[in-house]
Amino acid sequence: MCRGGVGRLISSGGEKTVFSSKMQFMLLFSRQGKLRLQKWYVPLSDKEKKKITRELVQTVLARKPKMCSFLEWRDLKIVYKRYASLYFCCAIEDQDNELITLEIIHRYVELLDKYFGSVCELDIIFNFEKAYFILDEFLLGGEAQETSKKNVLKAIEQADLLQEEAETPRSVLEEIGLT
Amino acid sequence: MSDVVEKTLTALPSLLSLDSQPGSAKLSSTSKLGNLIRGITELTSKHEEEKLIQRELTSIKEQMSSPSTSMRQMKELMVRAIYCEMLGYEASFTYIHAIKLAQQGTALEKRVGYLAVSLFLNESHELLLLLVNTVLKDLQSTNLIEVCMALTVVSQMFPKDMIPAILPLVEEKLNHPKEIIRRKAVLALYKFYQIAPNQVQHIHNKFRKALCDKDPGVMTASLHIYLQMIQENPEGYKDLTASFVTILKQVVGGKLPMDFNYHSVPAPWLQIQLLRILSLLGKNDQSTSEIMYDVLDESLRRAEMNHNITYAILYECVKCIYTIHPKSELLEKAAKCIGNFVLSQKINLKYLGLKALTYVVQQDPKLALQHQMTIIECLDHPDLIIKRETLELLFRITNAQNVTVIVEKMLEFLQLNEDDYTTTDLVGKVAELAEKYPYNEWFIETMNTVFSVGGDMMQPDIPNGFLKLLSEGFDSVEEDRKLRQFAVDSYISLLQGETGKLPQRFLQVISWVLGEYAHLRTDLEPATVLRLLSKLLDSKNTSSETKSWVLIAMTKLCDGRTGISAAQEVSETYSSSLDTVLRQRAQELQHLSQDSELRDRVLPRDTGLEPPEVDSSLSFLDGFVSEALAAGAAPYKPPHQRQEELAQAKTLSLEPYSLSLPISMSSCSITDRQSPTLLSISSGLSGDSMDLSHKGGSTTLKLDGVKRVWGRDGYLAQRESVEEAAKVEVPSPLHSASEQGEAEGAHSQNPTPTPTPEPEQEKQQLASSLFVGLGSQSSVCLMGKAEPNPQRFRRKAKSPSLSSGPSEPTSNSIISSPSTVDNLLCNNLLDSNITSGASQDPPPELSQDLSTANGTCDVEFTDRDEEEREPSLIKDNGVIAHEDKDRPKDLCLSSHLPAELSGCSCSEIIPLCSHQSLHLSACHVQRDEFLVLVVFIYNSSDSDVQQILLELESDQLQVSCVCESPVQEVSGDSVAVCQYTLTVRRPSVHVEVAGVVSYTSQTTESTQFSYKLPLTSFIRPLTVSTEEYGTMWLAFSNDTKQNLTLISEDQESLTASLNVLKRKLQLHVVEIIGMEGIVACRVLQDQPCLMHCRVHAGSLAVWLRSPVPDLPDCLIYHCQRALQEH
Repeated sequence: MCRGGVGRLISSGGEKTVFSSKMQFMLLFSRQGKLRLQKWYVPLSDKEKKKITRELVQTVLARKPKMCSFLEWRDLKIVYKRYASLYFCCAIEDQDNELITLEIIHRYVELLDKYFGSVCELDIIFNFEKAYFILDEFLLGGEAQETSKKNVLKAIEQADLLQEEAETPRSVLEEIGLT
Repeated sequence: MSDVVEKTLTALPSLLSLDSQPGSAKLSSTSKLGNLIRGITELTSKHEEEKLIQRELTSIKEQMSSPSTSMRQMKELMVRAIYCEMLGYEASFTYIHAIKLAQQGTALEKRVGYLAVSLFLNESHELLLLLVNTVLKDLQSTNLIEVCMALTVVSQMFPKDMIPAILPLVEEKLNHPKEIIRRKAVLALYKFYQIAPNQVQHIHNKFRKALCDKDPGVMTASLHIYLQMIQENPEGYKDLTASFVTILKQVVGGKLPMDFNYHSVPAPWLQIQLLRILSLLGKNDQSTSEIMYDVLDESLRRAEMNHNITYAILYECVKCIYTIHPKSELLEKAAKCIGNFVLSQKINLKYLGLKALTYVVQQDPKLALQHQMTIIECLDHPDLIIKRETLELLFRITNAQNVTVIVEKMLEFLQLNEDDYTTTDLVGKVAELAEKYPYNEWFIETMNTVFSVGGDMMQPDIPNGFLKLLSEGFDSVEEDRKLRQFAVDSYISLLQGETGKLPQRFLQVISWVLGEYAHLRTDLEPATVLRLLSKLLDSKNTSSETKSWVLIAMTKLCDGRTGISAAQEVSETYSSSLDTVLRQRAQELQHLSQDSELRDRVLPRDTGLEPPEVDSSLSFLDGFVSEALAAGAAPYKPPHQRQEELAQAKTLSLEPYSLSLPISMSSCSITDRQSPTLLSISSGLSGDSMDLSHKGGSTTLKLDGVKRVWGRDGYLAQRESVEEAAKVEVPSPLHSASEQGEAEGAHSQNPTPTPTPEPEQEKQQLASSLFVGLGSQSSVCLMGKAEPNPQRFRRKAKSPSLSSGPSEPTSNSIISSPSTVDNLLCNNLLDSNITSGASQDPPPELSQDLSTANGTCDVEFTDRDEEEREPSLIKDNGVIAHEDKDRPKDLCLSSHLPAELSGCSCSEIIPLCSHQSLHLSACHVQRDEFLVLVVFIYNSSDSDVQQILLELESDQLQVSCVCESPVQEVSGDSVAVCQYTLTVRRPSVHVEVAGVVSYTSQTTESTQFSYKLPLTSFIRPLTVSTEEYGTMWLAFSNDTKQNLTLISEDQESLTASLNVLKRKLQLHVVEIIGMEGIVACRVLQDQPCLMHCRVHAGSLAVWLRSPVPDLPDCLIYHCQRALQEH
């Protein structure tokens, strides 16, 4: 099912030095090691995903608070940051810029915070699909899509409105004759 | 129509603002998901959780498959399924429902459906094909949100083969009035570009339009594509440098809307993306680099605030400054910046500082010297990652003097480290260093540690390399003998100890070495060695692979009476082994031990490593094959032929989607093949850069490039004077103090000049042993050690103006277009800020302008070789005359063209390099059987230049000098001419000759240059008959297929297209039958390539075959160009 796999991921540093700013995956997990969100930007099999998640959660949780926010893991760089009880953890390629990734995490947290109104872990647990929508509006295919906070939230709100509207089947839009 | 939607959408928020906060987290306390989540948290054991989830999944499955379930319920079920999958439980039965939900649901259900698809499936999942129709429908929807959702999913994953089906729709969206749609469309195209670059080749001009979009978001998105394209082919986008610089200037200057600020830093992501692009463009290119110096300086200056985001920008800036052609002022500022990072108390910054230092240290080893005390502190840092990066840094500055200390540090780390990946990586590095500086005992001891620590995880080439090194030896026979003896001694003592824990690989190495070299120790009884070896055979831990190594070693050793008896005993045990390999080895041992004469012939001693002759054509099997054939066996078919037949047997018709994809072009042939441009890049990489390419982008960073880059602008000299002061044995504290004076937190780190306490002294001692030889002196010795890598020395021969002759009118647009772009970009960016759209040019014009600019540049390039231009034309052409300043004697140079070459098709004469009074220019002349490269050496001074030595080399070409005695001196104000014949060794889209010229005027000087020419110059017609063509076709194994655009739509399109190819590329048209044509050519010298063309569905399906790998790929590239430019 998955052609590339970790093998490809790992060996990609080898012969060619193609550098892309692409993020490989993003994981959100709690202090207890429970996965709260996962987004994979490279094709991997479920088995590999599980293995990676397990290993990373363990490694990151074992880190002490004052330690570096970056980790080497296989041939990838892991950038993580803890916000309250949640760990945000991204994998990037070695030659990429770790600091900007740290800020990507921060911007995502800001977006969540703005959307949910002082976000907490529970918001993300119970509304994880919303958290995914926000993430997709911010990062697309592993690249920063829209970095303006206002624009991201505008896009989400507009889509949400459809959702609210749909409670009364087919919205205002339809009435204007748009179908 | 969509206008209405747009208006509605903008109006909606105000309509519904009564509604509380949009995302007001309703904790769905009553929802089923809520129940599930709460249920799980109440559980105490994993087992209970499993049971609960399985129950949940069964119920979801039941409801999903029930026909009465509404889409709305389906959405709710889907969310729960996603949750279960996140917990690690498989719910693959929901995948098909996710697709159905995306297909049939209304907006909100669709959204969840698409989300589930993007979470559940990946690119290669077969179910994704079912999504194509839904995406098609949604892309055509009048509902903006639906279009957005479709584009979002497409940008994440899409089946490669189906791209043509939706490509026109996505392209159309680039003109959409809403910026969010345009932005997502650009990202979708980026995705297509990544998975199938061929398919978006024709829309490069649209990318340019996106780059000029008035919305900064769309423009930013287009940079992703540009970064990728420029990485693959920096030459193709140099004309955009000024535009990128302008954009960056405006961003840095705060001209973007405030929305794009992040913690009051303007659009940091955009800045970083631009800096990356600039560094790719400016690499090895002085004139391009010069365009960006100002803006880099400004970026450094502006990024002052003490926040992570500014450091992120600074880091990228520093990297860029060290990548492009160096400018001393900037380098100094960048170095200071790195200093701030390294000395920072914040651990993240310190890490990045070390990383930056690692990146630049090979260009500027003294920078490490400045920070030596910090580096030493980092070596003892409690956080392993800091330690690790420090070792990486030390690895880069290793030289003959400090290698032992650095390797010791690396081995120390290995003892602590638990991560396998790091161990493997580090062990490889230690081995590499050890092999570079093989000092007898130290080398063997280090390798022993490498083998025992690295164990069986390490790369197999490490033991192989070690054994090769040992057997090939070095310069002195005596040294070699000592080295081998020491290895034998060391292994004997190892085997006498506990062997159970030694890794198998190590045991294999030991066996081989003992087998080969134990006899060098004359005092050592073969029987003793045999006994030790047979002990290994008895051990339970020894794998059977190792055992066969041991048996081979014993075969080599079984000398004398005791030897034979020991051998007999062992061989008896193993000749009945179940393992066939072992059994064979045992048999060999048995026979060879009895017949010492035979053994000496089979396993001769001290013959070095002469490879045995191998009959690669397997001709000894001919008899067997003909017998088999006679007995009725099917004849052998090469793999490609088999594949072809297989493909014909089960053709999956993709007809409805045949926008640009023909049936014959099976998915594997498109996807697994690199585009020609990529090919030329990857083929340019030297094979031996394996170690350093771990660190991305570091191929440029091997030590040896340093001197050359820095040579002339005086920068090196300045640095050296500083260096001179620091070159004392113990690092001079004064020096570092003065250097780091302004640096943050410098005081704590700086060694004080006063007598130092104990630990400090220790550190200083360590420093002196680590950083020894980092001065200018040793860098010379380093250069001697490092492997030559000519790739990096090459600098592009940058002609002041590419244009001349016929292309003169278009060249205007080349020069002017960047400024047009600038203006427009400037306008656009400003417009989005201050609204003054009045002066804005209409966008369509712009895109045209840009595309032609790019186009002409290329046309011009190929024109140069294809125009049958008489040399006299160049001579009489007044156009070049005014460029005299930079290109001396251009006019006259052509008159120096050797008489025998005049009358042949000759390219424009291009300046290669100028150094002091010596100016080199070159052109190439096409002859029937070869291509002549003519190098003109012009001496503009009055005095003679002597001992001229011109050395040319190329990865792709065979270069041989024509003249008997090459030019040795050029007297004042005259021109000398050298001729070289070039033939293709390894095809590539563009081939390049790199050269070094050294000469003596007052002192001995040398300088490099490179000359690039397209493969087309080497193509000659190949005249064959149709029958001959047929036989050749079957014999060739490398092939490629692609669809090209026909030049006209009418009946004669095939003939017309083939004629264009014939005229432009000198192909020979063998025959045209109806809608098919066969064409043949050869690439000098005698590398044939055959081409089969067929008109199919309005395009030209081309199939190329050749015995030479890569040739079909390169040729198809040129065919495509030729037809496009027609």
